[in-house]
Amino acid sequence: MQANDRLLTPLLRVSGLTRHYGARIGCADVGFELWPGEVLAVVGESGSGKSTLLKLLSTRLAADAGRIEYALLGRGLTELSRLSEAERRWLLRTDWGFVEQNPRDGLRMNVSAGANVGERLMATGARHYGEIRAAAQDWMARVELDPARIDEAPSRFSGGMQQRLQIARNLVTKPRLVLMDEPTAGLDVSVQARLLDLLRELVTSFGLAAVIVTHDLAVARLLAHRLLVMQGGRVVETGLTDQVLDDPQHPYTQLLVSSVLHL
Amino acid sequence: MNPDLMIETRGLSKTFVLHQQHGARLAVLDGVDLAVARGECVALVGPSGTGKSTLLRCLYGNYLASGGEVRVRGDAGWTVLGEAAAREVLLLRRDTIGYVSQFLHVIPRVPALDIVAAPLRDRGVADGEARERAAVLLRALSLPERLWRLPPATFSGGEQQRVNIARGLIAEHPILLLDEPTASLDAANAERVAQLIDAARQRGAAIVGIFHDVAIRDRVASRCFSLTRATETAP
Amino acid sequence: MSATGYNFAYLDPQTKRMIRRALLKAVAIPGYQVPFGSREMPLPYGWGTGGIQVTASVLGRDDVLKVIDQGSDDTVNAVNIRRFFARTADVATTDRTAEATVIQTRHRIPEAPLAEGQIMVYQVPEPEPMRRLEPREAVTRTLHALADYGFMHVKLYEDIARYGHIATTYDYPVMVNGRYLMSPSPIPKFDNPKLHRSPALQLFGAGREKRVYAVPPYTRVESLDFEDHPFSVQRWDEPCALCGADDSFLDEVVLDDAGGRMFVCSDSEYCASRQHAGHTGPAHRAQRGSLAAARAGEVGIEQGKPVPASNDTASARLGRGPASS
Repeated sequence: MQANDRLLTPLLRVSGLTRHYGARIGCADVGFELWPGEVLAVVGESGSGKSTLLKLLSTRLAADAGRIEYALLGRGLTELSRLSEAERRWLLRTDWGFVEQNPRDGLRMNVSAGANVGERLMATGARHYGEIRAAAQDWMARVELDPARIDEAPSRFSGGMQQRLQIARNLVTKPRLVLMDEPTAGLDVSVQARLLDLLRELVTSFGLAAVIVTHDLAVARLLAHRLLVMQGGRVVETGLTDQVLDDPQHPYTQLLVSSVLHL
Repeated sequence: MNPDLMIETRGLSKTFVLHQQHGARLAVLDGVDLAVARGECVALVGPSGTGKSTLLRCLYGNYLASGGEVRVRGDAGWTVLGEAAAREVLLLRRDTIGYVSQFLHVIPRVPALDIVAAPLRDRGVADGEARERAAVLLRALSLPERLWRLPPATFSGGEQQRVNIARGLIAEHPILLLDEPTASLDAANAERVAQLIDAARQRGAAIVGIFHDVAIRDRVASRCFSLTRATETAP
Repeated sequence: MSATGYNFAYLDPQTKRMIRRALLKAVAIPGYQVPFGSREMPLPYGWGTGGIQVTASVLGRDDVLKVIDQGSDDTVNAVNIRRFFARTADVATTDRTAEATVIQTRHRIPEAPLAEGQIMVYQVPEPEPMRRLEPREAVTRTLHALADYGFMHVKLYEDIARYGHIATTYDYPVMVNGRYLMSPSPIPKFDNPKLHRSPALQLFGAGREKRVYAVPPYTRVESLDFEDHPFSVQRWDEPCALCGADDSFLDEVVLDDAGGRMFVCSDSEYCASRQHAGHTGPAHRAQRGSLAAARAGEVGIEQGKPVPASNDTASARLGRGPASS
């Protein structure tokens, strides 16, 4: 967390968020606040509702009940459902980012790395080829990709490089909130460490707020300030990351923590 | 009330409920009252298993109190850890409470110098200045300069411990919690750490520590606080 | 030689009304693709069924029709469509751009400047400019609704990154009136500037895709580009071999098996009228003008019909709104 810690409103406020799939609960009565620069990890096993929660937050899925409020620049906390489709899309491609688990879902695989990174800039009105390209190279360097490979297709990059490219593509508009769905899940362990370290660095240096869905408690320990533990669509425990992991209170959290080989 | 008081516990108790062990209850602390003021260095003493580390972790907010409360004096007045929002506790940790754990949580790929500088950078200090102050501290702890640019994963226990101490002391928190800071150090290095602890006291830090080494304890502590075994109860 | 037993201009009055309503909506929302109930026409999709239906709907008895295909009045497609309307509507036809009131075209805009009162009818194979990047119609419609066109520049970016310039040379996407992204139909980008603030009404018909759209007179039409890679049109190193024009779109014509070739105006009427006016190109001067001679004889109003003075023309009729024919 950085200098902006004395703000009076959170960046994101979620309350009573609920979504059913027929009779089955996807996500029930979830609420939390996220402040600028905070990283929140949502942990739980498959089916715990953490992916549903992320879909609801990103407005890819409509909630049955509950509110999602976001502190829009210049407008303060605004309920997302009140935004027009155009405003919502603008928000999603400027002030928000979404990092998919599989980089192939988050990248345009048929255009070059540079076009992938530059797309958000072009979508928000950048019309100077040279500047777009310079920004793309700058961001490739920041995510430790060789800027000389700017014209290569993402398919020629390794999985870890694709994931870093996806991150650059999201961060190029300097969003204040990034949602991540298991960003390290498909990667080799050595590649994971590098990516985690990079994410940590970016989060700190840009004061990013992030919601990271992960089943990997080590990822949560390394990246997140706070944890939300979900089971059966409900939040069963929440708190500081190290406190929840070192002194878990809920039986399910204790089970999760004790199931990890070493942490 | 002592105007120099910085951190205190009132009737603090800690009982672990082990749901995986059929709800077994493990009482570790029971009714602990501890008060530490500016310029004090309080050594927690007692046989192993009496909850010295548990108490220290409760003071840091790493463990939740089961009963009673932990009160910390921050920039904006007193905060009760169990009642405060997570982000308030994080701000306290950034600005007020420093913690030197027994072991370094190694972060892959990050050089030792940056690990030490991180608490300052978190406060918004510029990279260059943060690294300079980290270098001063690592030099004081005589960590060989060739190691500064390397991630500490491959360092010896003593080297890692010194990185850990430097990281804990660099931000000059008003409250310092030290868990066996000299455990893996030789006498010369332990003495260097003791000097840094003295310096922290001189500038007015309230310090609570666990010191296994009696000589070091006597060297740095201004008083001792005894813990005795809490009674174990059946579920 | 008009055909009996058909409605005027082939289509039944109800269908024409329906299409005119769609066209009026299209004119009211420049660049917006309006769905319409495309009919079966006596020629296959891809041969101009959209353009023919638009022409049939706007054509009046006093209109003078010109039909071009790739700039030429005498290709099979142009000749057939022209004859179709000469028979079913008994309208006058012409090759001369200036004399025509309705010009149906495939792949070109005439070189001679258009005037107020003229209607251009474009045959459109694919009305959706984003189709190659986004195959889902539901998605492209949403993108139009939100004017969310950023990713079109991704394609242009890729061109520059790969070739050093924007490689799209025809069907080059345009923004109409600063709002809707539009396919100008597969005209060469050379013709794009002619769309901008044209005094003529420009109608686009896509028969297979069942869409019409329009650019009203004097509407802003801008080709997508980058500030540091501005839109530019094709240029040739030499003038038209026949008429010497250096401002027209040129086709390459292979003359023999020995690699001989020349560049001539794609707009055959423009080229011929320049030659009539005494302009000559390098080929003329070199006495290699068999093609030139052939072309020079083609110009003129078919059937020798005089150009009528009455105002029952397409533009007058659209101006009055839907009227039975």
